[in-house]
Amino acid sequence: MEITGARKKAVKWKRFMPFYIMALPGVVYLFCNNYLPMAGIVIAFKHLDFRKGIFGSEWAGLDNFKFLFASKNAFEITRNTLLYNGLFLVLGTVLAITLAVLMNEVQGKAASRLYQCLILLPFLISWVIASYLVNAFIAADTGLINNGILKPLGQKPVSWYNSKQYWPAILTICNTWKSIGYGMIIYLSSIISISQDYYEAAIIDGASKFKQIRLITLPLIKPTVITMTILTVGRIFYSDFGLFYQVPKNSGTLYSVTRTIDVYVYNALMNNSDYGMSSAASIYQSLVGFVLIISTNALLRKLSKDNALF
Amino acid sequence: MPVKSFENVTWKAAAHIILCAFALAAVMPFVLLIAASFTDNNTALAQGFSFLPKKLSLDAYVYIVREWRTIGRAYFMTILVTVSGTAISLIVTCMFAYALSQGNLPGRNLLTFLCVFPMLFNGGLVASYYVWSSVFQIKNTLWALIIPNLLMNTFNVILIKNYFQNSISPSILEAARIDGISEFGLFVRIVMPLSVPLVATIGLMGALAYWNDWTNGLYYLTERDGGQFYTIQLVLNSINENINFLANNSELMSRANIQNLPSTTMRMAIAVIGILPILAAYPFFQQYFVKGITLGGVKE
Repeated sequence: MEITGARKKAVKWKRFMPFYIMALPGVVYLFCNNYLPMAGIVIAFKHLDFRKGIFGSEWAGLDNFKFLFASKNAFEITRNTLLYNGLFLVLGTVLAITLAVLMNEVQGKAASRLYQCLILLPFLISWVIASYLVNAFIAADTGLINNGILKPLGQKPVSWYNSKQYWPAILTICNTWKSIGYGMIIYLSSIISISQDYYEAAIIDGASKFKQIRLITLPLIKPTVITMTILTVGRIFYSDFGLFYQVPKNSGTLYSVTRTIDVYVYNALMNNSDYGMSSAASIYQSLVGFVLIISTNALLRKLSKDNALF
Repeated sequence: MPVKSFENVTWKAAAHIILCAFALAAVMPFVLLIAASFTDNNTALAQGFSFLPKKLSLDAYVYIVREWRTIGRAYFMTILVTVSGTAISLIVTCMFAYALSQGNLPGRNLLTFLCVFPMLFNGGLVASYYVWSSVFQIKNTLWALIIPNLLMNTFNVILIKNYFQNSISPSILEAARIDGISEFGLFVRIVMPLSVPLVATIGLMGALAYWNDWTNGLYYLTERDGGQFYTIQLVLNSINENINFLANNSELMSRANIQNLPSTTMRMAIAVIGILPILAAYPFFQQYFVKGITLGGVKE
C-alpha cells in the first residue's frame, strides 16, 4: 500500500510538474511586482531613510498620516480626485450612450466604421502626446485659442497655464475627448447584441424611435451600464495620472484644481523626496480603494452575479 | 407610413450630423498638430498656430533628420521595448493562464487567488518604487521600461484562462496526450495556435500600452544616467520637463539653454513622429482595437 501510494504521488507530480513550471514565471512576477510592494506598506509607518533601508529606518507610528491629514493637501487631493472622477463618470456615461445609440442608427457600414475610427482615435495616444495637442491650442504665445480666436475678437490673450478658473473645464474636455470612444464602443457592442425582434414588434405597435430607445434600448443595456458604473466607482480613488500630470504641465499655480492623489504622491516621492507623506497618501489611496472595490463588488454580485469581478 | 419614414430620415440625419461633429472634434487636434509642425517657426511665434498656416516650412523636419541620432535612437528604443515587452508579456501571461486552466491542478485555487487579489489591493506607488529601485536595482536599465506593471496584466490572465477552458475542445487535447505529446508541446503546438484570435487582440492592446508608456521611464530613468534608453514618449516628456523647469527658473533662461531646446514647431514635429506609426497602422487594426476594448470592458 505504502509503495503504491508513493508511486501514485510520484506519477501525479510528474503529470503536474510541467504546469507548475509554466506558472512559475507568472508567480515570480506577481510576487515581485504586486506582493512585495504590499509588504512595503510598512514604509508609511517609518521615517524612511534610503541608506538604512526599510527595516533599518525608525518607526514613525501614525506620524506620517497625522502630518498628511493635518495639512490642507489631504482634503484638496481627495476632493479633486472624487469630484473629477464623479463628473467624468456621469458625463462620460451619458455621452457614450448617446453616441452609441446614434451610431446604431447609422446604417451605412462604411460611414459607421469611419465615425468609430475617428472618435476612437484619441484613445490610442498617450497623455504625453495629448499634452502637445492641448498645448497647440492653449499655449500663451503660439496657441490657436489666443491667436486665432481671442485676438480677432479683440480680447486679451489668456495665460491658460496660470489661470485656475479654466482648468476644471479644460480637464473635463480633454478627458471626454480622449475616453469617449472607449465608452461608445462598449455600449455599442451591448446595443448591437439586442435582438432585432423587439424593435420590429415595437414598430408594428407604432412606437416612435424615441420610445423604442427609451423602452427597449436603454432597459436592455442597463446591466452593462450598472457594471461599468460600479467598476468605475470601485476605482474612484484612483485618477488618471497622465491627464492630471501631463496636461496641466505639473504647474504649481494650478495645483488647487488639478492635483489629485496620484499627482500628489508622485510629486512628494520624486520631486520632494518626502517618503513619509507620499507613502501615507498612497496607503490611504490603496486602503480606501480596497474598501470601495470590495463593497462595490458585493453590490454587483447582488445585482448581476455574472458581472461580478469575483 | 410617410410620417414614419420622415421620422426615420430625421433620426438618421441627426445621427449623421452629431456623429460628424464628434468625429471632427476628435480629429481636429491632430490636424492642428500636423499643421503646426509644418509652420514656419517665426510665423508661429508671430501669429500662432492655425489650421492653415500663412507660411509653410520643413525646418522642423530638417531638424529631426539632423538630430536623427537622438530621435532615431528613441525610435529604436520604442520599437525594442514594444516588441520585446509584448512578446515576453504574452509568453508569461499565456503560460500562467494555461496552468490555471487545468481544472484538476492541485493548488489551482491558490494560484487563482494570487492572480485576482492584486486587482483589489496594491501596495501603492511608493512601495513599488522602493521595491523596483532599491531591492531589484532596476533604475537606469532597459528592464525598467519592460518589467514594472506592464509585464503581466492579471485581468488578461483570467480572460485567456477562460478562453482556454471554454473554447478549446478537451477531446483535441486528450487525443494529443494519447499520442504522447508533452505538455509543453501541447501548449506550443496546439493550444496557442487555436487561441490566435484572442492572443493577437490582447497582444495588440499590450503593444499599444508599451508604445505609449512614459510612466516607467518617469519613475526609473534619469536623464543623465538613463537617457540612452529614452523612448519617443520619454523624449517628449523630457522636453516638457526642461521647458517647465526653465519657465519656473527664469534666471537660467540664458541663450545657451534656450538654444539647446527644440523650437515650438520642432516639438510639434517630434510629436507627429511619435504618433505617425499608430496613425498609419490604425486603419488596418481598427477591428482588433474595437475587439480588445469590448474584451476588457465587460466580461462575457
